[in-house]
Amino acid sequence: MRFIFKTDYAQDIRIVKHGGHLFWYGLLGAVLLAAPWWASEYVMSQLHFICIYSIVGFGLMILTGFTGQVSLGHAAFLAVGAYTEALMQAAGIPFGVSIACAALFSAAVGVIIGLPALRLKGIYLTIATLALGVIVEEIITRWHKLTGGNEGKHLKPVEILGWKLESDAEFYYLCLALTVICCLACVNLLRSPTGRAFVAIRDSEISASCMGVHLAKYKTMSFAVSAALTGIGGALYAHKLAFISPEQFTLFQSIELLTIVILGGIGFLHGAVLGAAFIIVLPQLLSIAKGWLPEGLAPSGLQAVVFGLILILFIIFEPLGLYGRWLKVRTYFELFPFYRRGMFRRQKSYMKSERLR
Amino acid sequence: MQLLLAGVAQGCVYALVALGFVLIYKATETVNFAQGDLMMLGGFFALTASVIMGWPYWATILFAVAAMAAVGMLIERVVLRPVLGQPAFTVVMITIGVGYVVRGIVTMVPGWGTETYQIPTPFSEDVWNLGGVILPVQQFMVIGMTAALCVVLYAFFRFSTLGVAMQATSQNQLAAYYMGIPVRRVNMMIWGLSAGVAAFAGILLAPVTFVHSNMGFIGLKAFPAAVVGGFGSVPGAIVGGLIIGVVEALAGFYLPEGFKDVAAYIVVLVVLLVWPSGIFGETGRKKV
Repeated sequence: MRFIFKTDYAQDIRIVKHGGHLFWYGLLGAVLLAAPWWASEYVMSQLHFICIYSIVGFGLMILTGFTGQVSLGHAAFLAVGAYTEALMQAAGIPFGVSIACAALFSAAVGVIIGLPALRLKGIYLTIATLALGVIVEEIITRWHKLTGGNEGKHLKPVEILGWKLESDAEFYYLCLALTVICCLACVNLLRSPTGRAFVAIRDSEISASCMGVHLAKYKTMSFAVSAALTGIGGALYAHKLAFISPEQFTLFQSIELLTIVILGGIGFLHGAVLGAAFIIVLPQLLSIAKGWLPEGLAPSGLQAVVFGLILILFIIFEPLGLYGRWLKVRTYFELFPFYRRGMFRRQKSYMKSERLR
Repeated sequence: MQLLLAGVAQGCVYALVALGFVLIYKATETVNFAQGDLMMLGGFFALTASVIMGWPYWATILFAVAAMAAVGMLIERVVLRPVLGQPAFTVVMITIGVGYVVRGIVTMVPGWGTETYQIPTPFSEDVWNLGGVILPVQQFMVIGMTAALCVVLYAFFRFSTLGVAMQATSQNQLAAYYMGIPVRRVNMMIWGLSAGVAAFAGILLAPVTFVHSNMGFIGLKAFPAAVVGGFGSVPGAIVGGLIIGVVEALAGFYLPEGFKDVAAYIVVLVVLLVWPSGIFGETGRKKV
């Protein structure tokens, strides 16, 4: 157990709280920076996806995990980011500008989607985002002139100031850099009054507005930030796949993104990264597991069954997700003989009804 | 006229699935994202009974509804009871998980798989010709059976002890518990009832779209139906389903291609912008 004795006001606002933080995150950073030397081509490709999904996970975590607005339409933001990037690259606009535009344009769509959210609550909001997600997908399919419809769009490798990022390693560093930037931005956002307002809205809208939080402003802001991050993720996603079509941005994509947040641990930024890694690794484990399946059962449904079971088991037995499990393990060792089972127990709330507003 | 009837028939199926949502939502404040998949499973049970075992149509319906009621109760007992009292969003995710599992299992079971099947019905092919308007009997049957089911459900909620207990539970779980109603068992019953209704919807839909493992996605159209009517209102679900069905049929005919699929969602957005909790939604106010 570590006790931090604060001897300086600057210690309160430092991101790195103590030497342990510095050491472990430094080690993680070093391992990730060295990835092109130790990872095979296949693992590199998985790392790309983990970075991209982490960025999207941060976006969704801010909206769902910290502001408490559940969105089933995030694939729409991903699509907006991806298509903006594809179109701008085709028009010859440099990467730095185009990815910023992808983020801004997604944020604008986020604000538009966020506007109905000001009046809607709970399940109605979820359905509204679901509806918007489906509509955006349909628009992309039908707007043939702009998006190429079902034939999709091809993308060339990223080019920054005349330097083409063609190899896996170069693209990996781009993804990693953007992930780190987004992560730090989120950490700082959540420490700021804005972030505190988000959390206040999540915990209780009524008390938040009593404390002087402008609900409409902060909810819209949350949607915008979340959509912008998802848009950046979408732009990278488009470059990673080098080909985008409307089938990649369906409701199932939205559900998968939400699953990242849940499995990782809702309300923790670490959770977004862990969830992203888990979602990427799971299909690989499944393809191994398919070999063990008894004869006569078709393997086609296995992925859906395992995916659903994992979701159910996590929610029943580990509602705080992977990061919550890690916190428990860590607390157990920190307090070694004194850990008690009830320490993380959540209070049940039978009377909390969404029907009243 | 023909278009309208097709819309109403389709709307009836939406309404039945939406009814399943609403029943569960009213009683347990849970939105069951697996409703469409339960409907699909009901369709497959009916398929098993009618094609593989060769039972008559009416026995098939009874079997499928009973089997699905059992499945619904099982799901409530095993999956949902442990998360009773957790935030609504958690429970929504768990039902999404249930949906995935059901869909996966159906594609894995030998004899069901990913193919498309047809259930023979005693009134499949007949057509009535009324002064130039062609009216398939099938659509009348769908509408008639939905209406009959609504009457049965109404009577059940109005006159039977269990039905009244369910209403009490849906209004206030704690108060119902103090009144001696076994709330947990009633919740289980409601899941069973809702799954049974889903099976019924699956059977009615079977002649229209055939039975296959992805027919559950129609549940996603039933969402807008439930929302348009206002979640938590039984007549609202029926009206919402009919609105969505008719709008969809008209949009498919008069508007360019592509609007049919999104019509339901556009309607729901417009309705939500005007009435944030649906047309028949309850307007309770939260008091601090």
